[in-house]
Amino acid sequence: MRSLRESCIRHGLLTSASISILTSFGILFILIKESLPFFEDVSPWEFLTGTNWAPLMVPRDYGVIPLVVGTLLVTGVAALIVIPVGSLAAMYLSEYASSRARRILKPTLEVLAGIPTVVYGYFAITVVTPALRAVIPGVEVFNALSAGIVVAVMIIPTVASLSDDAMRSVPNALREAAFGLGATQKEVTVGVVYPGAISGVMAAYVLAIGRALGETMIVTMAAGSTPLLTLNPLDSVQTMTGYIVQVSLGDTPAGTPGYMSIFAVGLLLFVITLSLNLFRIWIQRRYVRYDT
Amino acid sequence: MKNPVIPRTVLEARNLSIHYGDSAAVSGVSLKIPEREVLAIIGPSGCGKSTLLRSFNRMNDFIDSCRFEGELLFEGVNIYGPNIDPVELRQRIGMVFQRPNPFPKSIRANITWAPRMAGYLGDYDELVERTLREAALWDESKDKLDKSALSLSGGQQQRLCIARSLAMSPEVLLMDEPCSALDPIATGKIEELIRGLREQYTVVIVTHNLQQAGRISDRTAFMYQGDLIEIDQTDRLFTQPAKKKTEDYITGRFG
Repeated sequence: MRSLRESCIRHGLLTSASISILTSFGILFILIKESLPFFEDVSPWEFLTGTNWAPLMVPRDYGVIPLVVGTLLVTGVAALIVIPVGSLAAMYLSEYASSRARRILKPTLEVLAGIPTVVYGYFAITVVTPALRAVIPGVEVFNALSAGIVVAVMIIPTVASLSDDAMRSVPNALREAAFGLGATQKEVTVGVVYPGAISGVMAAYVLAIGRALGETMIVTMAAGSTPLLTLNPLDSVQTMTGYIVQVSLGDTPAGTPGYMSIFAVGLLLFVITLSLNLFRIWIQRRYVRYDT
Repeated sequence: MKNPVIPRTVLEARNLSIHYGDSAAVSGVSLKIPEREVLAIIGPSGCGKSTLLRSFNRMNDFIDSCRFEGELLFEGVNIYGPNIDPVELRQRIGMVFQRPNPFPKSIRANITWAPRMAGYLGDYDELVERTLREAALWDESKDKLDKSALSLSGGQQQRLCIARSLAMSPEVLLMDEPCSALDPIATGKIEELIRGLREQYTVVIVTHNLQQAGRISDRTAFMYQGDLIEIDQTDRLFTQPAKKKTEDYITGRFG
């Protein structure tokens, strides 16, 4: 009787654990299945190398590069902000803050991570964009810079909190060794703790960049919907996620190449974030780990 | 007859007491450590010997609850006085810890890291070779200076940590049970090394191992429950202790 119950529990737990894995495979399967008809009309080569994205107009054009560059532009702006700010915040939390300051700051930071992205989107168009337009001439109403800044704000808590965890896992013996040699707090933090935590810190960066790549609401609201091929962050761009939203909400009839293109774009985004995550796992295995 | 040379005092504790919160770790200790002496501090666990050692280069500063009374003079200056920069102090009073704690960097970088921070202007290759020789690690490591320090054995890592401290040219080297995590062969090598260091450095070593204190030190201090019970020439302390407590401890009646 007991063994039956144990076996039920065991299988119940296994099922729960399987759900997310099976869902991931299901998503991948749907993405591939739905994008196959698209790739019958448009060659993958044309899709991946074309520099004009106009799937809803005539003549149609399916070069995905403007969307990829738009995504990378927003992500790049976010990364340029989040890597220094998140790292410095983590250094403060882990090495400088008193235990009291830490007890208050760390949970506060983690609350920030729970704000709905639509709120961040409003923040971008009502605060950040007007501020940018007041300071920098030539900023469009919708622009990659504003979206990138707000995406960075959204992921700073992730980077700060995960990097803080990684730095705190560096054994105290290494800090003592460095202080014992007459190093300053800054030298210990930058020269010993940060490099000692590098695998965890890099993993935090990559995780955050992955979130920036897949971020949808902020970029849809703030970056615009013009798939222009540009590297100027003051211009309006469209990201891969932004395009998928636009078509999903619009009146593009199902079954047309324009509609099916969202699966191809989704598949490409999936491949990019998957490679990023594999890269993260590789980094985490590559560097020193402390088991103490 | 020449007058006996009176060695200069490097470190001096005057009525030194250290508390963690409400409990006293060290109470009213006074002692003088002359230049180029190897002083061993012995005593049972919790007697305050490590706390005393760590107060010599202000490594207790990082413990919030740690309070300090009395005076501790280094070269005649109270190191807990105003205008004392603990960073500069620790460059002159180095420390080797219980467990080997090399940085996860190359052997070479372990040695050059702190001198580089401090703006050392000499030749770095020469510094690496000299300190590794002083720490009796050169022959074993000269062909793999750019390999990770973590690839060394525990005993080699501890000798690297000693070399790393010597690279700052400290006047005093504090050692907190440096052999407690090592096997007897590695311990023997470190002891031999410490005997050699006496030529140039003042060494204060905390140890659990009475035989070790007997083998390597000029003088030995015995601490018990925060008090300095007795300090004397090592051979005299071990053969004719002045205090009953000392005799009980070294004959193994408690400990």
